[in-house]
Amino acid sequence: MSRSNFTRRGLLKTGAVAGTTFALPTIFTSRAANAFTNEPTGSSVTFGFNVPQTGAYAEEGMDELRAQQLAVEHLNGIGDGGMLSTFSSKVLTGAGLLGKEVKFVSGDTQTKADIARGTAQSMIQKDGVIMITGGSSSAEAIAVQGLCQEAGVIFMAGLTHSNDTTGKDRKANGFRHFFNAYMSGVALTPVLQKVYGSDRRAYHLTADYTWGWTQEASIAASTEAIGWQTVQKVMTPVGAGDFSSYLAPVLNSGADVLILNHYGADMVNSLTQAVQFGLRDKQVNGKNFEIVVPLYSELMAAGAGENIKGVYGSMNWNWQLQDAGTKAFVKSFGEKYGFPPSNAAQTCYAQIMLYADAVTRANSFNPCAVAEALEGFEFDGLGNGPTLYRKDDHQCFKDVLVMKGAEAPTSQYDNLEIVEITPVAQVTYAPDHPMFAGGALGDCNPGA
Amino acid sequence: MDAILLQILNGLDKGSAYALIALGLTLIFGTLGVVNFAHGALFMIGSFCSVTLSKLFSLSFETVDPTKLDFLGNPSKVTTPYVQAWFGPELGAAIIDWSVPLAILLAIPVMLIVGYVMERGLIKHFYKRAHADQILVTFGLAIVLQEIVKYFFGANPISAPAPEVFRGSLDFGPFFGLEANKVIYPYWRLVYFFFSAGIIAAVFAFLRFTTFGMVVRAGMADRETVGLLGIDIDKRFTVMFGIAAAVAGLAGVMYAPILSPNYQMGMDFLVLSFVVVVVGGMGSLPGAVLAGFLLGILQSFASMNEVKSVIPGIDQIIIYLVAIIILLTRPRGLMGRKGVMEE
Repeated sequence: MSRSNFTRRGLLKTGAVAGTTFALPTIFTSRAANAFTNEPTGSSVTFGFNVPQTGAYAEEGMDELRAQQLAVEHLNGIGDGGMLSTFSSKVLTGAGLLGKEVKFVSGDTQTKADIARGTAQSMIQKDGVIMITGGSSSAEAIAVQGLCQEAGVIFMAGLTHSNDTTGKDRKANGFRHFFNAYMSGVALTPVLQKVYGSDRRAYHLTADYTWGWTQEASIAASTEAIGWQTVQKVMTPVGAGDFSSYLAPVLNSGADVLILNHYGADMVNSLTQAVQFGLRDKQVNGKNFEIVVPLYSELMAAGAGENIKGVYGSMNWNWQLQDAGTKAFVKSFGEKYGFPPSNAAQTCYAQIMLYADAVTRANSFNPCAVAEALEGFEFDGLGNGPTLYRKDDHQCFKDVLVMKGAEAPTSQYDNLEIVEITPVAQVTYAPDHPMFAGGALGDCNPGA
Repeated sequence: MDAILLQILNGLDKGSAYALIALGLTLIFGTLGVVNFAHGALFMIGSFCSVTLSKLFSLSFETVDPTKLDFLGNPSKVTTPYVQAWFGPELGAAIIDWSVPLAILLAIPVMLIVGYVMERGLIKHFYKRAHADQILVTFGLAIVLQEIVKYFFGANPISAPAPEVFRGSLDFGPFFGLEANKVIYPYWRLVYFFFSAGIIAAVFAFLRFTTFGMVVRAGMADRETVGLLGIDIDKRFTVMFGIAAAVAGLAGVMYAPILSPNYQMGMDFLVLSFVVVVVGGMGSLPGAVLAGFLLGILQSFASMNEVKSVIPGIDQIIIYLVAIIILLTRPRGLMGRKGVMEE
């Protein structure tokens, strides 16, 4: 009489192992045949554009998407080529990428970090994207960057200004072209000192999330370094809408400068309401009360209308720059869409060009080969002047623009004016700067 | 003292908005028994009525100015609003400047129509359904309305300034024997407070002193008996839905200079307004108004640095905390009636 070797425990074990194997996402199981995650095998390669199309920063996201689509057209040889002709690296020819046509998929992050991570995961698993770019908030960028590191794809960050993106949350598979809060502080402060003096008392209203925290720390540190006193730092909920109860205490705080560490709709509302409260008409400590918005965007400035006049801030790029790269991009974008691009659009366009260029120079889509090509890469002609992608933290170093709300705009597009172009040397910091401490790039993950 | 005065003033205008939205919600719930999650969207549509009128008044014709160049280097186009061409530069500019208050005239018919269509076209089919069904369908409707507005106006907030004469602030300090410039408050927020008080008074007067209002109140108390008297109460309730929509819309129109209109603004107010309705007492109109002002003022006080330094984050939870306390001590809310929303 034969006895079966099957036992209840054995069956359960076998079932568990088999179940786990089948339940594993294809992101892990499909790697066996490939050298790296989503290695392109057909005639095309797919990029993932993960941008907010709804939510607080949707307008920035939509402009990013326009620029991303334009970049894909230029890579595939459609249109006027934009900044391909001005880019200092000449390996991109407009004939696709390594002989493959560039395609893209897009996802709506809804300006929420968890949704952004979900849409990115879907792009990697379902759509087989080789890289992801986009995002309009640092919370999104940090979440997606972490995912890309785990999954083994390159993340070319869009609009993210928090120090943490290339600081404590930096990742080997993540790269940031946009400037950061520290750079805003060191670029803006000398101008503020020149126009408002060294004896000022600042009151901060700050969006309560990663970007707000690092911007507040950066601006407070740089203004205190020139002698300004920080009177109060107040966190405000993201999307508060009515900031009146946060603005009222400013009136009698003894502060003579209000620093709004807000972005998007929050900035539009807090600035508008601050002006309505008559803050800019006040005299405190014998000086005119002033408002500063450290991070500007063209779309926010449009939303704030006349309230933006004379208010200082900083930007990564502006369409009014006169270099050849900017002119080529503005022409290309303007002719296609009928209005000038935002700095969110420019950074996403540049990121796609930089990724494509690195793939071509590395002659590989392998994320680690691409990362190696990007690290320490020096380039010019993409609108920001000579730029370095620093190896230590994957942060781009380039000039920073100090802006001011135009007193007499001649059209709806020039409501901001460039006050100063702060040279890259002034905004460069050591890789181990305390504001960026606590993180490590780690090793590049090809996902295989 | 000055800080307390300022926060009371802040609370009054914030409370005005809550009260107006909650009043409309309560009217709909009290008459039709519908939990309307699309009510915030009505506030948003009202707000966009000001944007629409401002854009209509700003409709312009273009002339080419060869002396100036646009961003692409082409000869620049100079725009002149038609109203300035028709009525002269000064009157035309004044019409554009006053587009927010004038939008009230646009918002009343628009909101009445929107309310009527919403009620007849969708919500009436859910009268006899569970509240959960009503919440789902009206929430879905709110999202649809948001997306429609986003399609036409974009996702960015749109500036809708108050008329020039109402820009700036009033110094309250001397009125209370305080130093000048210690308690200053924007003119437009004062306008908003008095406007809200006027609307609330008008709604109460309408319900109290007109035959129509008397029938509606009778219907709210005992719908069946009123129906047996041969009165078409459903028709009157449909009109009340339109009036509630108009109240929410007017609240939105006048709020546009305070909060730049954006397609999501209705959702921000919706949840708070439901808390206001519950705290005030389901179905109680005076309760909704009282709770609106009470929670608005408490929220303002909770944002004071002195309060936040003792209880960090209190500004974000105060409304819900108060709601819990009130519902534990007075389960029907401040002025709730027995039998409403009770099995």
